Order: sequence, then C-alpha cells, then structure tokens
Amino acid sequence: MKKLLARPRKTGKISFGEFASCVKGYGWQTLFAPIFVVCEVFLEVFIPRVMTLLIDEGVSVGNTDAVLKYGGLMLALALLALVAGALSARLAAVATMGFARNLRKKLFDKIQDFSFGNIDKFSTGSLITRLTTDVNFIRNAFMMLIRVGFRAPVMFVTSIALALDINTRLAMIFVAVAPVMAIAMFAIGAIAFPLFGKMFRKFDAMNARLQENLIGIRVVKAFVRESHETEAFRKAAEDVRNTQVKAEKLIVYGQPFMQFAMYGCMVAVVWFGGNMIIKSVDGMTIGGLNAFISYINQILMSLLMVAMIFVNLVISSASLARCSEVLREKPEITDETASPDLEVADGSVVFENVSFGYGKDTSKEILSGINLEIPSGSVLGIIGGTGSAKTTLVQLIPRLYDVTSGSVMVGGEDVRNYKIRTLRDSVAMVLQQNVLFSGTIRDNLKWGNDNATDEEIEEAAKNAEAHKFVTSFSEGYDTDLGQGGVNVSGGQKQRLCIARAMLKKPKIMILDDSTSAVDTATDAAIRKAFAETLKGMTVIIIAQRISSVKHADKIIVMEDGRIAASGTHEELYSSSPVYREVCDSQAGGVRDD
Amino acid sequence: MTDRRTAVNSVKPLNPFSTFARILRELGSYKWHLVALIFAGVISVAANVGGAYYLKDVLSVIENAGKAPAETLLSELGVGVIFMIFIYLAGVIGTFVSMRLILTISTGVLYNFRVKMFTHMEKLPIKYFDARTHGEIMSRYTTDTDALREMISNGLPNIVSSVLTILGVLTMMIVLSPTLTLLVLGMLVVMVIAVSVIGGKGRKYFIGQQAELASANGYIEEHIEGQKVVQVFCREDKIKEGFGAINDSLCRAETAAQTYAQILMPVMGNLSYVNYVLTAVVGAFLVASGRLEGGIAVVIVFLHLSRQLSMPLTQISQQFNGIMTALAGAERIFALLDEGEEKDDGYVTLVNARKSANGIEECDERTGQWAWKHYHRATDTTTYVEWRGAVEFEHVTFGYVEGETVLHDVSFTVSPGQKIALVGSTGAGKTTITNLLNRFYGVTEGKIRFDGININKIKKEDLRRSMAMVLQDTHLFTGTVRDNIRYGRLDATDAETEEAATLANAEYFIKHLPDGYDTVITADGANLSQGQRQLLAIARAAVAAPPVLVLDEATSSVDTRTEALIEQGMDKLMEGRTVFVIAHRLSTVRNADSIFVIEHGEIIERGNHEELLAAGGRYYQLYNGMFELD
Repeated sequence: MKKLLARPRKTGKISFGEFASCVKGYGWQTLFAPIFVVCEVFLEVFIPRVMTLLIDEGVSVGNTDAVLKYGGLMLALALLALVAGALSARLAAVATMGFARNLRKKLFDKIQDFSFGNIDKFSTGSLITRLTTDVNFIRNAFMMLIRVGFRAPVMFVTSIALALDINTRLAMIFVAVAPVMAIAMFAIGAIAFPLFGKMFRKFDAMNARLQENLIGIRVVKAFVRESHETEAFRKAAEDVRNTQVKAEKLIVYGQPFMQFAMYGCMVAVVWFGGNMIIKSVDGMTIGGLNAFISYINQILMSLLMVAMIFVNLVISSASLARCSEVLREKPEITDETASPDLEVADGSVVFENVSFGYGKDTSKEILSGINLEIPSGSVLGIIGGTGSAKTTLVQLIPRLYDVTSGSVMVGGEDVRNYKIRTLRDSVAMVLQQNVLFSGTIRDNLKWGNDNATDEEIEEAAKNAEAHKFVTSFSEGYDTDLGQGGVNVSGGQKQRLCIARAMLKKPKIMILDDSTSAVDTATDAAIRKAFAETLKGMTVIIIAQRISSVKHADKIIVMEDGRIAASGTHEELYSSSPVYREVCDSQAGGVRDD
Repeated sequence: MTDRRTAVNSVKPLNPFSTFARILRELGSYKWHLVALIFAGVISVAANVGGAYYLKDVLSVIENAGKAPAETLLSELGVGVIFMIFIYLAGVIGTFVSMRLILTISTGVLYNFRVKMFTHMEKLPIKYFDARTHGEIMSRYTTDTDALREMISNGLPNIVSSVLTILGVLTMMIVLSPTLTLLVLGMLVVMVIAVSVIGGKGRKYFIGQQAELASANGYIEEHIEGQKVVQVFCREDKIKEGFGAINDSLCRAETAAQTYAQILMPVMGNLSYVNYVLTAVVGAFLVASGRLEGGIAVVIVFLHLSRQLSMPLTQISQQFNGIMTALAGAERIFALLDEGEEKDDGYVTLVNARKSANGIEECDERTGQWAWKHYHRATDTTTYVEWRGAVEFEHVTFGYVEGETVLHDVSFTVSPGQKIALVGSTGAGKTTITNLLNRFYGVTEGKIRFDGININKIKKEDLRRSMAMVLQDTHLFTGTVRDNIRYGRLDATDAETEEAATLANAEYFIKHLPDGYDTVITADGANLSQGQRQLLAIARAAVAAPPVLVLDEATSSVDTRTEALIEQGMDKLMEGRTVFVIAHRLSTVRNADSIFVIEHGEIIERGNHEELLAAGGRYYQLYNGMFELD
C-alpha cells in the first residue's frame, strides 16, 4: 500500500466506458462474485444472532433440543458461507484476471496502433509503466472493489442492524464510536499522504544516484571517486530512512488506535450490557451480550476495510487516468485517405514545398520550404549538423509523420493516398535507434520478409557484410540474440539491421546514419553491394562521414530545416563552403595524396 | 537486446535456513531493540488473550443476575471492568511500542543493507558490472530490498505474534476446559490441513505466475522500446498476436494463483465458524450435564478464544509466499555482498615531491610535482621515481573469459609525452589495452610498467589518478557543472576549475547556461547536448592533470562547430602528456607519434603515418579502404 501512494496524483479524465468494456467475456463472474460475497456476509452475520438463541434458549435453560436445533442451523449456515465464500473467491479471481488481461491487451494493441507522433508524446518508459505497474494497481483495485467493496459495507450495515435489533440502547455505543474512528482514520490519511509523497521523492533521488553510478562506473573508478560516491549514496539513503520513519510513524499510530477503539467498545459493552442484565432492563440477555461482543470485531474491521478501499481507489484513480490517456489517444496517421488498391509504381520521391513541425506546435517549423526530386534508382546523400532535420526529412517518406503543409510523393502519388502497409512495404528504413529483438539472428532478419529462404537471408547478410561474423558464431544464423545470448557489437548490430531492411527488397532504402559504428572499409563494401546487386533501388543515405555519401548521384546539405546546398560531390566541394569545410576536416588534407 | 530488461528473479530461495540465519545476524546491531520488541509483543498478545480469559470472571458475575443482590453484582462488575481496562491498556501500549520498534528496526536494517551494498558495490571490479545489466543490479536495491523490508516489518512480526497468539489461546483453553480444548485441537488439525493444502497449491501457482509475469513484462518492454522498428516493418499485427498469446497464458497463471490466494480467507474464516458452532454445541451439552466448571461464562469465553485461532493461522500461511520471496531476494543481496572485491595489493604510492641536488625528496606540501614512493622489502629501502607517464607492455596476454584470449603477447614501450593512436576494427582489442592500463582488468600473462614500475605493485587509486579517461559516452553526475568538472580532482579551486573549462573550450557554453557554473545537471546530463557533455568530460580530465591520457574518440554525431571545439580542446589537453587514442579521425592518426594497428589482439604494424604507408601493409590497405571512393 505504501508503494501505491507513490503514484503521482496527476488528475486527468478517466474514461470509465473503456474500462467497463474490459469486463467483456467475464460478465457473469464479475456479477456473481459480489453476489456470493453478500451471501457469505449475510450468513456470517446471522451466526452470532443464532448463537444468541442457542445460549438463551438452550444453554441457559438446559434445553438440549434447542441446542441441537440451533447448532445444526448454525453449522449449515457456516458451511453455506464457506461455499459462498469459496465461490466468490474463485469467481473474483477469474473476473479480475480476465479484466486485467483485457485491459493489458487493449492498451498494448492501442499502443501498437500509435504513430511516431503519438509515441513521442509519451516516453517509452511511461508507456511501459502504464502497461505493467498501472495495470497492476487497477487490477488490485478491481479485485478489492468486487469483493471487499461489497463485503465491508454490507457487513457494517447488517452488523449494526442486528445489533440494533438485539438492543437499541447498547447499539448506540457503535453509533458513537464509528464516526470517531472514521474521522481519526481520515485524519491520519490526510496527514500521512503528503509525507509519503516526500518519502518517494527521496526514494527517487536515491535510485537516481544509484543508476548514475551503474552507468558511469568506469568514470567513478577511473577518477577514484568510490568513497565520494559512497558518501553521497549514504546521505541519500539516510534521507530515505528519515522521511520513511516520519511518514510511517503516523501509520504506526493507526493500529494501536484501532485496538484501543475495539477494547473500548468491549469494555463499554460489558459494563453497560452487564448493568442491563443485572438490573434486568431492556430485555438484555447473556446470549445477546455474546452476540454484541462478536459484532464489535465485525463492525470495526469492516470500517477499517472501507477506509482501505477508499485510499486504494483514490490512489488507483491516478493509474486509471494514466491508462485513460493512452486509450483516448488518437493515432495520428491512419489509412483514412488511402485508396485501397493503389500500388507503389517506382522508387521516385518528390518533396513539394514541404513544411513540417512536430506535435501541435506547428508554428515552430522544423522543416520549411523543402523541394526535392529523387529519381527512381538514384542515390541521394544527406549531410548536415545535429538539429538540421535530416532524420525528420526522411521520416516523411514512409509516412512516419505527416507533413504540415505541402506534399511528399512516392512513385508519383502522394504518400497519404497509399495504405500505410503498402507504402511501408516499399520503403525500408534503417533507423538511427537500431533495435534487434530477442530470438535468433534468422528470426530477426525474417522481419524483413517472413517467407525469406535461407539463401535469401544469406544473400542479404552478405550484402550487408554481416555473413562473415554471423557464421563465425558457433550457431550461425540460429544464434540467440536474447537474454543470455550473444551480445553483438554496435557495428555488427548495424549490419544486421541493414540486412533485415534489405530482405524487404524495397523500392526505396533509407539509411539514417546506420553505419556510424562500422569501420570505413566495411562501410564502403556495403555501399558497393548496394550499387551492384540492388540496381534500380532508390537509396537515401544520411551520414556524418563524407566518404559515405561522396559517390551519391546527388548530395544535399541540410541546415536549420532547409536545403542549404545540393549537387554532386565535386559541385558542392567548389560551391558550398560548409561542405568543403566538413570534407577537409574529415579528409585531413589527404586530397593531395 | 535492451539493457533495461528486468531480470527474471526467482522467488524460490536455495538455502532458506542459512539465509534466514544470516539475516538474523544482520539484525544483530539492533539486539536491544529486538529484546524490547519481544517483550512488548508478548505483553500485547498476553493482554489480548488474557483479556478474553478475564472476560470469564466478568461474565460469571453477569450470569448470576437474579441469583444475588444487584448492588453486590454491580460493584463486582465494576471491579471486573476496571481490571479489563488495565489489561487492555497494557495491550494497546504493547502494540504501540512494538510497532514503533519495528519501524525503527526495519528502516534501520534496510538503511544498513543499502549502504553496505553500495559501499561494497563501489569496490567491485569492472568485470562485475560488465557481466550484468544495470536493471539486474538495480533490482538488488529495489525489488529485493523491498521484499526484505516487507519480511522484516510485516512478515516476521506477524508470524511471531501469530505463533504467540496460538500458544497463548491454547494455554488459556487448556486452563478453562481440557475437554473443549480437545475438540478445538481436532478442528485445528482440519484447519492446518486446509491451510497447507491451499497454501501449497497457491505457492506452486504463485511461482508459475511470477515466471509468466516476467516473460510478459519482458515482451512489453522489448516491443514498446522497439516500437518504431515494429512500425517501419509493419509488424504490428504479428506483435499484437504474439502479445495475445503471452497475455492469455499470464491470465491463466494469475487466475490460478489468485484463486488460491483469495480462497484461503473465506475457507479459514468459515471453518472457524464451524469450530465456533461445534464448540457451542458441545459446550452446551457439557454445561447441561454439569460437567463444565464455570458454566456458560466459560463457553462464551471459549467461543471468543476459538474465533481468535483462525486469523493467526491464515496470517502464517499468507506471509509464507512473501517470506520465501524475501529470502530469495536476500540470497541475491548476499551474493552481491559476497562478490570478491577488486584486489589491490599495490604498495607503491604517489607522493608530493621536490627535486633537489640529492635527487627526489618526499614532502608534505603540494608542489605540483609527484613521485612514486617505492619501498623494497628485501633491502628495507625506499626509492623515489619521478612521475612522468612512461608506459610499457611486456608480453601481455589477456582474455575476459578463461580460454578466450583477446590480446596475444602484446609488447610496446611509450616514452612520456608520446602520442599513440590505436587503429583497428571493432573487437580487435583497442579498448582492452586501455582496460588493462588502468587495471580495470588484470593481465593474464606478462607485465605492464608505469614509469618503470610493474602496475600490479602500484596502489590502484594512485595508478588511476595518474591517467585520465575521456570515453565515447560521457557520463555526468547529478550536481552542478562545477561539481562535475571538479570530479577530476576534488580539491581543485574554483579558479582551477574555470581554467580547465577554458582549456577544454567549455567556457563559452557554460557561461550561457542559466546559472553558469552553478547550473544543476540532472539525469546523466540530459539537459545538455552530446557535444557539450563531451566538452565537460574534457574539462574534467584537464582538471585532473595526469601525465597519461586515454581518449576514445567519439564517433557519434555532433555538429561541425562543436566538433571543432572538441578537437581543439582535446589537442590542448594532449599537450605534454602521454596519450593513447582509440582513433576514428584521420587527422588524429596522422598527427600521432606512433600508430598501432591492432588486429585479432595483436599489434600487427607500428610506426608513424608515413612509415606505415610506405610499408604497404594492413595500414596501407585500411588507409586506401578509407579513400577507395576517391
């Protein structure tokens, strides 16, 4: 529960409808779990009531028939309650886990439908938290709601009602104590809540310190800063301990207070009830007194449970809001404008007066006034500093983002006219953030083409200069890349990613700084393979190294979201000072060789 | 493939008993707290049980209603109630004190564990970190520590008080009526069987659930992190399908585990009602036949006592999973604590020195000059060697894993002030050379000498103080810009810090930060650009001012302007120092005094640019490979 309090209390709208629909497939379990809970409570509450009769009509007067009659009745009630309880537990487990399953699937599928713009809005870390931690909180709250959420209030009300029925005056003790308890619990909660918030900020600070040390352990060791870091961590850990003690101290007062109230009720019931019996007023009996003592426990426990549910719901509402945010998000890029049968004719790309800005703030243009023609089968090189929007430019081609104004045309048609799948099947892109997935190398390469034969896979790997190192692994293409598997180096990873993209046999291939970790000779070999074996494919290469783009049919130099210069290597070398500067700095004056 | 993937952590301890014993030893520093805790706990339980017992006397008084004068009975009742108040008050105080003690103990023990783990972790060799993901090490501090805390603050106290309660209740029962106790014991056996059957099944499914959960979370993390790739390859439907299958089996496992977890409470609660009813009926017959001393009062007290038995039994069963998980976590924590520390048997230290007519003398004040203080045990003499930065590899062979050598018989000598460029493809062994130089890893065979001294004899911290590293990935720490530069040398003055920043060309951008040198850097410098972070790393090395420098030239993208700044900064930093550069830029290679071409763990060529070109070997090929597009 302490962990729950850590959730940031971001208030957002909760889409209850979305959550309600997650019950689908588990409807009757969700309905009957609480019904059985209520049955169980009724049965349980009646047992002390029958016990009153057993004691007063049986034990006190020595009537063994009555003892047997009421005893049998109670036994039946208890066994029924057991069955009802067990049934409700099972149904609740099925309903809750089914609900969680549906919710997880719904969120996951929704996120899969996100386009790049949507993903950028949430960080991947926050999406993962929503799918794991938040779903767990919601799941626990759901379980609590359908069981304890019914159990506690019904128990509270029926216990009080039966107590009133036995003896109205004596039941006033409960009527007086219950609100005091409620207020006290609420007060503890209200004071503790901000303290817990503080405690979790200290936790975060401590974990941040730890993480920094893990990431930068070489720096720590190289500069001999172990003791310095240890002291910093010790301070952070001490902060955690101190704030934790401060916050939980309040919770510590809770349990004795609860006990105090319970014992207080006990003493009061015995004293006032005893008085009534001794003075034989109000029709109080010793059996009734016994029932009262049983109800003390039931009433106070249910009160405590109500408080817990309340806290739990408040906390999980943050999780609900966070998941709602995901569910409400509309995918930015859809097939709405597509003509279903349109195929990509060739690998030509045309940018017509394209402007682009990320997110809603389209006034801040990242790209502006881009006009560019890339003939099918040609090679385009793109050069430019960080932030010059090279990546943004090429991401418009497979429609990872939509233009703000103007249009991008592939094969002579606006990209928005193609179905996304059709378009992306023709455009392969090797992203800067390369990712391989767990599974074998073969599995990974097959992402490019599920039906690829072993020969095709090998050919693609050879073209990407990956075949040699793959076959050097003892299991070759069946080498596992997952956890505990082989770790490939950065350059090897890049080559596998290129092979994966090649298997698509695309009309357009985009390499976004995809060979940065590959040595220059290998880089050249890959480009050679492109030129020789994949004729007719349009290739777009973003690179830091001039040598990677030097031989392109055309090179463009990007600067602040504009095309600052374009032409062949020779043309640019003489016309663009920026290009020449970059060239010279990289060649180190070798030109005179 | 991602580093952040959560490790699959077992919830099954291997040696629960010895692990538990070790945790108890760790609690040793709180032994007086523990004594007080047990005392308070016993009072709390005794009051609870004793209160119920005492109820018998009070009820006997009430039972006599009508048989004795009301005034007598009322005053007896009054005395009884006052006694009850005292007993219960003692119970409340006992509970309060024990809960407060538990808070102090659990937070204190956890604090000790965290600091101990961190202190030890900082002493571990780099090998430890290289062999594990960050997520895995992090979870020692988060998941495992949390489970341990749960056990110390909740699980153990609950079990102890449950056992005490059961024992107390049974004792009271035997005192009240051995016959009825026998009946209760019979029911108790039934309950224990129920608990162990349900609990046992629950545990089995719980373990299954944890495994499913780990694989589902792994899938989620992997595919959300790689989602842009998923989209580029139009794999969304396949991925959804894959998740559907994993999600379904998670749901099945969770349902099974939760069924047993949820069913325990109603079963136990209602079995206790069965017990309650049976006790009442049998009690009634005993009273009716006059075979029960104390009459109805005893039956009523018995009833309430018997209700108190099911709760602790359920508690014990419920805590079991948590305690097993905590013990499994504790085993991982202890494994970290038992990891062998980075060995340092070096005894040659770095001292402030002054050159005089008799050679080098040690002195206390900071002279800016340093010397190696080398004590020779054989002759009981101490010699001083000037701190200059000469490096020598003598037949060095090394492998990260036994049997797989990465460097084979590497030998070279570098005089102070020389610049060495290391050239070669990925995995050739360039980084390994630098890893050995500062003893992140120890050589398998051969020797490395620094200023003529075997580096195994040099105290590690002094050896590392003698060389600064500027790595490709720049890691900064939470704190101000100034703190981060000063990381190179903690006693650097503000003026020295700023001087270093100027040398590194970092002055300009720092001045433009909102608070200049006092700007706080967070989250590994996320608010700075890659280039700016590199400039800070150069400044950090500059302030350390060591004779040897290890540079790993960045290949990552920085804009041309910043790149020029970085290059200038590096050049200034290199002046007068022995430098090892893992080179990616041709200009660096051309300006090096010597180039080592490394292939498959061997230096296959060495010499300067012109010499190597003239030799027409691998370097020539590489060089031409670079320019084959010309």
